[in-house]
Amino acid sequence: MTHEREHMNVVIVGHVDHGKSTLIGRLLADTGALPEGKLEAVKANCERNAKPFEYAFLLDALKDEQSQGITIDTARSFFKSKKRDYIIIDAPGHIEFLKNMVSGAARAEAALLVIDAHEGIQENSKRHGYMLSFLGINNITVCINKMDLVQYQKAVYNRIKEEYGNFLKELNLKPSAFIPISAREGDNMVHLSKRMPWYQRETILEALDSFKMAAAKDEQPLRFPLQDIYRFTEEEDDRRIFAGRIETGRLHVGDEVIFYPSFKQSRVKSIEGFSTNPVQEMAAGQSTGVCLATQIYVKPGEIMCKKLEKAPHLSSKFKANVFWMGRQPMVKNKKYKLKIATLQIPVILHEILSVLDASELSSVKNKSTVDRHDVAECVLETMKPVGFDIVTEISETGRFVIVDQYEIVGGGIILAPVFEGQTSLQEQIQQREQNWQRSEITPDKRFLKHQHKSAFVILTGPADTDKQKIAKALEEELFKLGKFAYFLGISNQLMAAKDSSQDRTLGKLEQIQQLGEMAHMMTDAGLILLTSISNLDEFELKMMKELNQPNKTFVINVGESHLASSSVDLFIPDQNSLEKSIQEIFKILLKAIALDPEYTI
Amino acid sequence: MNKLDSLESQSVYILREAYREFKSLAMLWSIGKDSTVLLWLSRKAFFGHVPFPLVHIDTSYKIPEMIQYRDELARKWKLNMVFGQNTKALTEKKTFPEGAIDRIACCRALKSEALKHTLAGDWPRFRMNHATGQYELDKNTEPYTGVIVGARADEEGSRSKERYFSPRDKNNEWDIGDQPPELWNQFKTDFAPGTHVRIHPLLDWTELNVWEYIEREKIPMTKLYFDQGDGKRYRSLGCFPCTFSVESKAKTVAEIVEELRSGKFANIAERSGRAQDKEDGGGLETLRRDGYM
Repeated sequence: MTHEREHMNVVIVGHVDHGKSTLIGRLLADTGALPEGKLEAVKANCERNAKPFEYAFLLDALKDEQSQGITIDTARSFFKSKKRDYIIIDAPGHIEFLKNMVSGAARAEAALLVIDAHEGIQENSKRHGYMLSFLGINNITVCINKMDLVQYQKAVYNRIKEEYGNFLKELNLKPSAFIPISAREGDNMVHLSKRMPWYQRETILEALDSFKMAAAKDEQPLRFPLQDIYRFTEEEDDRRIFAGRIETGRLHVGDEVIFYPSFKQSRVKSIEGFSTNPVQEMAAGQSTGVCLATQIYVKPGEIMCKKLEKAPHLSSKFKANVFWMGRQPMVKNKKYKLKIATLQIPVILHEILSVLDASELSSVKNKSTVDRHDVAECVLETMKPVGFDIVTEISETGRFVIVDQYEIVGGGIILAPVFEGQTSLQEQIQQREQNWQRSEITPDKRFLKHQHKSAFVILTGPADTDKQKIAKALEEELFKLGKFAYFLGISNQLMAAKDSSQDRTLGKLEQIQQLGEMAHMMTDAGLILLTSISNLDEFELKMMKELNQPNKTFVINVGESHLASSSVDLFIPDQNSLEKSIQEIFKILLKAIALDPEYTI
Repeated sequence: MNKLDSLESQSVYILREAYREFKSLAMLWSIGKDSTVLLWLSRKAFFGHVPFPLVHIDTSYKIPEMIQYRDELARKWKLNMVFGQNTKALTEKKTFPEGAIDRIACCRALKSEALKHTLAGDWPRFRMNHATGQYELDKNTEPYTGVIVGARADEEGSRSKERYFSPRDKNNEWDIGDQPPELWNQFKTDFAPGTHVRIHPLLDWTELNVWEYIEREKIPMTKLYFDQGDGKRYRSLGCFPCTFSVESKAKTVAEIVEELRSGKFANIAERSGRAQDKEDGGGLETLRRDGYM
């Protein structure tokens, strides 16, 4: 059996040219971590190009970077100390490559922050410090590099230590040490340097070894974001497996569980695996899958929690700090895609509270957009309620990214749920109502003319049912009776078409919103509008109902239903005959929209 | 959790994200140890199943035992096995060492080109028919938009800069200067039409981790990795004109693990036996930008 060693990811950050790559190259060389091939190859390459060998070249193995002399992307290298194994992540210091720096730092548990003693604290020294606090990295050592260029003066070290220490204090970051080094000369890297007798504390290697490993997350409440639901029936496997990774907490066979935001409940029947012994319990960090004791319908993206433990927050609005990387600024009321744990959902920027200039830590109020490299405190609103945690409580379900046009353009951490205020849909409807020029022909006049009120009838349910057939037949019956009815038959195809060409997450909800608006117009004209759309959920129905207000909406579910009975007006079993289905729908329409129940519609 | 557990967990997580997000997904299987571990991890992720095709680029210069091992496993595990190759370059003998071209040009034709067109579906793909055990022309010519690859960050310079989910443009090119951000296990799963995404579940694994995992999980490996009695074995598998065996008496997985952990290979780069790397200026970036695996 392998004797188990600790392993830790450490990121090296700092302003461009302050010597990050040199520090890593030196560390690798001095700890004997370089594979024989690598050092030779780089040295040979230097000779071929007639330039002196530098430790930084070991890292900057890419041609682009060597010609520019800067690191443009994070590179990983491996080395061991007596205590543990390290992966060293070299993060670029140039502002243009901040997204790469973030990608590197987000993988790390600890950071070495490099400051050039000669050049002093620069813009990105501060920005990177801020990004470390944003990313939740608390293990930090500040390396004051290039001491050889300032004649190893203690005064220079002290000045930077004080100034930068104060800056970190504002961020609530406490570095474990400030170490004066010269990476190029090897001072205070692995051994204390004789050239700085005034410094008798830890070396870089010792500082690394003194970083504390992140505590196990087993003791927190269970958060099991559902990644997918598998059923490989064509391979004669009938298990319905709910797959995901336990981000925090523990999961045991027999646990009573509840999914957010759907509130569906069940019990863990078994923990599944492949080529492994059966287990009764799994804990944080493990990717696994469970079978549940009851048949429930939940979607990937929901969070499975334990019934008896602290529930996540559930809200469609929350306050967050957002870090923006997009070339286009983040603007209000544009739809973006939010990815939080395994959930993807449309989101809009509802309100900007303040924008922070991360290099100075000064905040700017009254800014109307969030520009590239800004950090903004803002209120975001999702199109449906989302289950989440506050980042300081459970970070795995308290942070997210934002996607625009195929790209991740922002990252964020959740500070608090927001319950007050209207939703953007409500605002939109309110605005519509204010701007709507009502016709002189009142709804009453239309009722009398058509002998029925208007209605929006939505048939939903699984894809393979007769919804559309029923809706069409219903239209025909109503038409024969001289009623003002119309079947809108494009919705399914439209949605399917959008599916492949457009973003799946944004596409469907956008369609639904448009359909709701259209329905409102047509029902306002007195029409009975019929449509069939597969697999709508409660929130999508609610959205269409809200948009169609003040006119009536009826929801008919055909076949198996995953909807709460409160959001459905009529359930029709799939095996019903067409006549019977139409009869039943007629019955509820008669009750609700015939001018006088005595009249037949 | 120990190191192998957490590596496994992360790889499984990545595979499941890929499977959920990419409708046309495939895994490149080079028959080597890394992509075979990847194949095993897929069976872990999907509870014994491999729900996407495995694509092998057959240069026809592969060591014969590799093809034999590929087809044996494909049959045994009922894999959806697909291969593609550059038939034109092979018929015209524009290859190394027979044709008047160097190793890099040969790699580009037999691997990069063949890979590009096999993924795009505009060159024939051959799929194993499990009823007959023979390969037949695959009717599916849809481009693969998600391609799972067994690259590891510790292999050489350029690979250490890869993302777990790394986009490739219409020409299969990798823009190292403009890579997507990747944080908090959120990956680039959205992509413009015509582009595709390479997925790297093994990025954080080292060569030693791979062998330790093979040992722990008892994953079947081709015998080429082991000393057959002549004091030689392959450490890295490729085409026979460009891949050389190493001096080693390791006959078992445990002996290989020992050799890598503290023995003779503890400080020697794995790809030192690959001739094309050296012709490419110390890194593989020229080839990788063009879509080399």
